[in-house]
Amino acid sequence: MTEIQSSRLDEQTLAELREITTRYPQPRSALLPMLHLVQSVEGRVTARGIEACADLLGISAAEVSGVATFYTMYKRRPVGDYHVGVCTNTLCAVMGGDLIFERLKEHLEIGNDETTPHEEGRSSITLEHLECNAACDYAPVMMVNWEFMDNQTPESATRLVDDLRAGTEVHSTRGPRLCTWREAERVLAGFPDDRADEGPAAGPASLLGLDIAREKGWTAPASDRREVGTGEKSADQATAEGQAAGEGRTKDLGAQSAVGRAKSENVVEESEADTVGEDAGGTDARGKEDGS
Amino acid sequence: MVDTLTPVLSEHWGTEKPWTLEAYEQTGGYAALDTALGMAQDDVIQLVKDSGLRGRGGAGFPTGMKWGFIPQGDGKPHYLVVNADESEPGTCKDIPLMMATPHTLVEGVIISSFAIRANHAFIYVRGEVLHVVRRLQRAVQEAYLAGHLGKDIHGSGYDLELTVHAGAGAYICGEETALLDSLEGRRGQPRLRPPFPAVAGLYASPTVINNVESIASVPSIVRNGADWFGSMGTEKSKGMTLYSLSGHVKRPGQFEAPLGITLRELLDLSGGVREGHELKFWTPGGSSTPILTAEHLDVPLDYEGVGKAGSMLGTKALQIFDETTCVVRAVLRWTEFYKHESCGKCTPCREGTWWLVQTLARLEKGQGEEHDLEMLLDQCDNILGRSFCALGDGATSPITSSIQHFRDEYVAHFEQGGCPFDPAASTLFAPAGATA
Repeated sequence: MTEIQSSRLDEQTLAELREITTRYPQPRSALLPMLHLVQSVEGRVTARGIEACADLLGISAAEVSGVATFYTMYKRRPVGDYHVGVCTNTLCAVMGGDLIFERLKEHLEIGNDETTPHEEGRSSITLEHLECNAACDYAPVMMVNWEFMDNQTPESATRLVDDLRAGTEVHSTRGPRLCTWREAERVLAGFPDDRADEGPAAGPASLLGLDIAREKGWTAPASDRREVGTGEKSADQATAEGQAAGEGRTKDLGAQSAVGRAKSENVVEESEADTVGEDAGGTDARGKEDGS
Repeated sequence: MVDTLTPVLSEHWGTEKPWTLEAYEQTGGYAALDTALGMAQDDVIQLVKDSGLRGRGGAGFPTGMKWGFIPQGDGKPHYLVVNADESEPGTCKDIPLMMATPHTLVEGVIISSFAIRANHAFIYVRGEVLHVVRRLQRAVQEAYLAGHLGKDIHGSGYDLELTVHAGAGAYICGEETALLDSLEGRRGQPRLRPPFPAVAGLYASPTVINNVESIASVPSIVRNGADWFGSMGTEKSKGMTLYSLSGHVKRPGQFEAPLGITLRELLDLSGGVREGHELKFWTPGGSSTPILTAEHLDVPLDYEGVGKAGSMLGTKALQIFDETTCVVRAVLRWTEFYKHESCGKCTPCREGTWWLVQTLARLEKGQGEEHDLEMLLDQCDNILGRSFCALGDGATSPITSSIQHFRDEYVAHFEQGGCPFDPAASTLFAPAGATA
């Protein structure tokens, strides 16, 4: 592979790669996230990315290559701004995934694992058919940069890729505003962005059984412990207490851990309100309501 | 009498921002952790043993027994690894759980790690679910800041580090020893057993690997007791579990019910097979479990019941196909999946899945002859039980079971010189006149 670029990654990337190695008892465990980071910076797994990982981990470039070529998410050819995947495993394929994939190939004039040509003012798209992405109750399923795009049709799929190419803001059906593929790879490398709070908790299919249970008044059996301890009522109570105590909650985490923890089950419910986490690390103080 | 549906894990999926620590604690979250930290570690293991909880990742191995295999006082570090590499075709239960209430899993991880005396735990989540990775990262960060993770948790003197680790696209990493190799930064290929992970797992240290749903069930057991858990389900398959209904049904989705519910009951709840169609075949627990038919609507969906019907409960991923679906096409597609995902380590699977695809593709195009069916079964016979891990075994399940139930349909392909089905008819948007 010929690289017409400097033979080394920039210092910041090298520092971040090094940082990943410190998360694990043994540095080599960091290799998968390191390769995700390489992709986020390079747009694919490059030779110099492989060299950098090998150097930092004290293993050979061949060993790193062997890993990089094993996993389908690592790409040896440049990936577009958006990676668009269509599930064509059996269930999605049968329910329309095959047709969607055919339609998109035609529409984008590319084949599997190919990227639309670079055009001024338009985003590029890499198209790939996927194996099962664990969203079968939303079939046919597509993924954009590994975000769920549920219940697709050939029409919605072509609209989706048109919007992506035109730069229109697109939201995942069960997730946040879409970021670029490179930004997504950075999150997978363990460098979170600020989108965790975006999007819903669950889609309608995920909630179906729960909704039916509510309608019919079905619940899990009550337990003896629940009745004396944290039963439904006391959970509500805890909510109320939590809200009332909202202002007074300590922000000092050191002090929080010093809050006496329950020694027996009977005290458990009382400690809940005290230990509601409130922190500087991005949790908001929302959640004023408890039920749906 | 226990209700038909028993939401425990999914109970709070519909509330306002249930993924936040605040929402989780308001519904009693992290109280079970206090209870567990006040117990002796062996008592926590015993509690989970007594509950009868069995692994929800497919194999159904008793969770508490797995924990009990970890040698104690061996002076080695112990590890807990959560298998969140949900990729078995049809399986879609752990992803919604981690998306909606990741703290249920995190609390389960802390309690379970405490029980097996692990000081470092990992959540190995497949990389292809970005928003789930985000929610897990955030939940772990919140748990650290609140003192549920890190040093001296809740003043108990117990320390735990928890690392969220994103995979990179390989079905085989759902196999627990392949997962360990992957987590060590290698190609995800299964290891020879023994030694079992409980003795020599991650970094050759004692390691427990459990499915997301198994670990997420632990806080409810600690909170409500083993008897409560055992009051749901059947004699040997205890507790509540997530059933995922997908495919040609009116309303697909997740149903949390006691083990032992039947497909007939679940279909009733979901409005039945889509309008104007009827059930043809279904998988009880993902594509690696032999397919069943309308004959099996009343089979209790627990480990024993499905086993007796000639299949496996697996991941309780019920993929429903109606009469518009060509079984040969469906099975060929699954077989292509196994071929693609075969890790290449052992010959029966690496070569065998390749030959299975060749043979099936020929049959599907109507170019085969009856003798090819025998060859296909012979190939399966050379893979099943001879491959290194369960991937190869799983690859044969849809083939042998479909030939058993639908031999005539295979024969029809080569008698008619092609597939007798219109693929457009099986799509969801068939009425719109989609062209194949």
